[in-house]
Amino acid sequence: MVEIRFHGRGGQGGVTSAELTALAAIEEGKYAQAFPSFGPERRGAPVMAFVRVSDQQIRTREKVYSPNMVVVLDPTLLEIVDVQAGVPDDGILVVNTKMSVDELRKNAGLTRRLAVVDASTIAIETLRVPITNTTMLGALIKATGVISVDALRGPVQKRFGPIAEKNLQACMRAYEETVVEG
Amino acid sequence: MGKRVGMEVSIAAAEVVGLCDVDVIAAYPITPQTHIVEHLSELVADGHLDAEFIPVESEHSAMSTCVGSAAAGARTFTSTSSQGYALMAEICYIASSMRLPIVMAVANRALSAPINIWNDHADMMMARDTGWIQTVAENGQEVVDLILHAFRVAEDHRVLLPVMVNLDGFTLSHMIEPIILPDKEEVDRYLPPYKPKLRLDPQNPMTFGPVGMPEVYTEAKKAQDEAVKESKAVIVEAWQEFEKQFGRSYKPVETYKAEDAETLLLTMGSISETAMTAVDKMRADGQKVGLAHLRLWRPFPAEELVDAVKGAKALAVVDRALSLSGGCGPVCVEVKSTLFDRGLSPYVQNFLAGLGGRDVTVEDFETMVAKVGDGLAKGLPMGYEIVNARE
Amino acid sequence: MAKETGIVSWKELELGCTLTEPGSAAQLKTGDWRSMRPVTNFELCNKCGQCYIFCPDMVYSKNEEGYYEADYYYCKGCGICARECPKDAIQMVEEGD
Repeated sequence: MVEIRFHGRGGQGGVTSAELTALAAIEEGKYAQAFPSFGPERRGAPVMAFVRVSDQQIRTREKVYSPNMVVVLDPTLLEIVDVQAGVPDDGILVVNTKMSVDELRKNAGLTRRLAVVDASTIAIETLRVPITNTTMLGALIKATGVISVDALRGPVQKRFGPIAEKNLQACMRAYEETVVEG
Repeated sequence: MGKRVGMEVSIAAAEVVGLCDVDVIAAYPITPQTHIVEHLSELVADGHLDAEFIPVESEHSAMSTCVGSAAAGARTFTSTSSQGYALMAEICYIASSMRLPIVMAVANRALSAPINIWNDHADMMMARDTGWIQTVAENGQEVVDLILHAFRVAEDHRVLLPVMVNLDGFTLSHMIEPIILPDKEEVDRYLPPYKPKLRLDPQNPMTFGPVGMPEVYTEAKKAQDEAVKESKAVIVEAWQEFEKQFGRSYKPVETYKAEDAETLLLTMGSISETAMTAVDKMRADGQKVGLAHLRLWRPFPAEELVDAVKGAKALAVVDRALSLSGGCGPVCVEVKSTLFDRGLSPYVQNFLAGLGGRDVTVEDFETMVAKVGDGLAKGLPMGYEIVNARE
Repeated sequence: MAKETGIVSWKELELGCTLTEPGSAAQLKTGDWRSMRPVTNFELCNKCGQCYIFCPDMVYSKNEEGYYEADYYYCKGCGICARECPKDAIQMVEEGD
């Protein structure tokens, strides 16, 4: 079973990222759970969302404590949130940042494997808004292969309707541009 | 054949209510039940569901509306949670005493104060003595299945009682997971149209809810108690029919790796799934541990409980609501009185866990099992503890 | 007896205590807690019907001659008829006398 934690700010689409990941996994015939950090949320405040993906039925309702994968939708969160908390040594962090892997490791003091992409720029240029949820899914797919872009297509279409195509473009561009540490 | 979809559990709950051809929905939104009511409102507004959606100004009015609607012979649904249930409670007694087959989904949540919107079982325990049938879901699929089952049981002329389907707030209500939604034809095959036995009709006037003097109140309650007890046979029968048609099995008390278990965890609701994972882990370590989990809370399945736990030396009973200063939590009260009445006396410890959204982890279950083993070995007194309360 | 008093076994109660027969209150004997009963002197009575109008329990009904007679099955002995009678034709008499 794979566990993923998404870090975002209220309104940025972290919860949507989690939902789309789970829906894509279910589309592939897998089992999945997606859930927000339950409770009231404020626009702009740091929020988390969680996903579990498994080939077998998932039999746990615990919170996610040690995610194998972490997705950081907003680079400013690195200063105020311990995005590495609970991540095992072989876990991976997928971060929206303009920095390179080396710069990010040095500046943010991260010790796990990293994948980086400038999702903010991609989102602004493709979607005209700095909402990086679908963009970061492209990065997650590149870095981990936990779901496929094909499986994501249906859920994105359903969620975004007329702007689905643009979101898939942003996702694909992020997939191309994401740099994954070896 | 139904279709497998990824869906938020609340949305799936609303979808299945729609498939059940409900006539009237009267509900007031409250966290964490909101998405169920919102989606039903959408279904009606968009013309996908031909029903009356009555937006009321409180839960008290919601249940009052449901009483009127069900008495008039309409298939009626509502949903609430926590404080909303508390406000509704007065009318809930009336609904069950008047034998009205209302179905209600409750997204279980703690009761204030302090204000808390998260999951525990305080609301369903407040409903314990109202005379409603109560079933409990552990995952999204079960929420869908139990709502469908609830209408069939409630409207059966051998039952005619309201049914409350409990789903853990947030933990289930806000979870996206795979769910098999039945198709309309399957639902119609399982759930016959509602034929009221008695109903309000100007052409054939009747008095619903008359005064019951001291000379008759006792008899009225005796009749109601018998009705609730006798409903169990119909509940089980409807589950057997469900299994035949849909292939998914439900029982009043279900077990997991319990056959040769010396210590049994006893749970209710979505933490049961986490408990299964804990059992797997402890079994892998060679411990003879199993799980019994309650699917049916009211009528209380005493005989089934005895069958499930009679081989165990020790029980770790988990409660998710307090009976402040009582001997133990409400589930454990039932367990002890059921077993002790029948001469069974395993070692029972009661753990009050998962209050107001506190997570219950695999590790917590391991600790409970260890404590019960220790207590049994050392002959420590039985009792209860509030798990993980910081000193 | 059962219908007169409502004293029945729990098995005989209608579903949810519903009263399925309209106007079934007419079967309830409300006249059994009376301590005084009204007695009309028809020689004084002018058939005005005030007793019929004021009686809270519909005890009085008109006979063939046009006089109003009391049905003690329902009369609770409240005495309103005696008080309202403009001819003082109704007297309240102790039960048992």
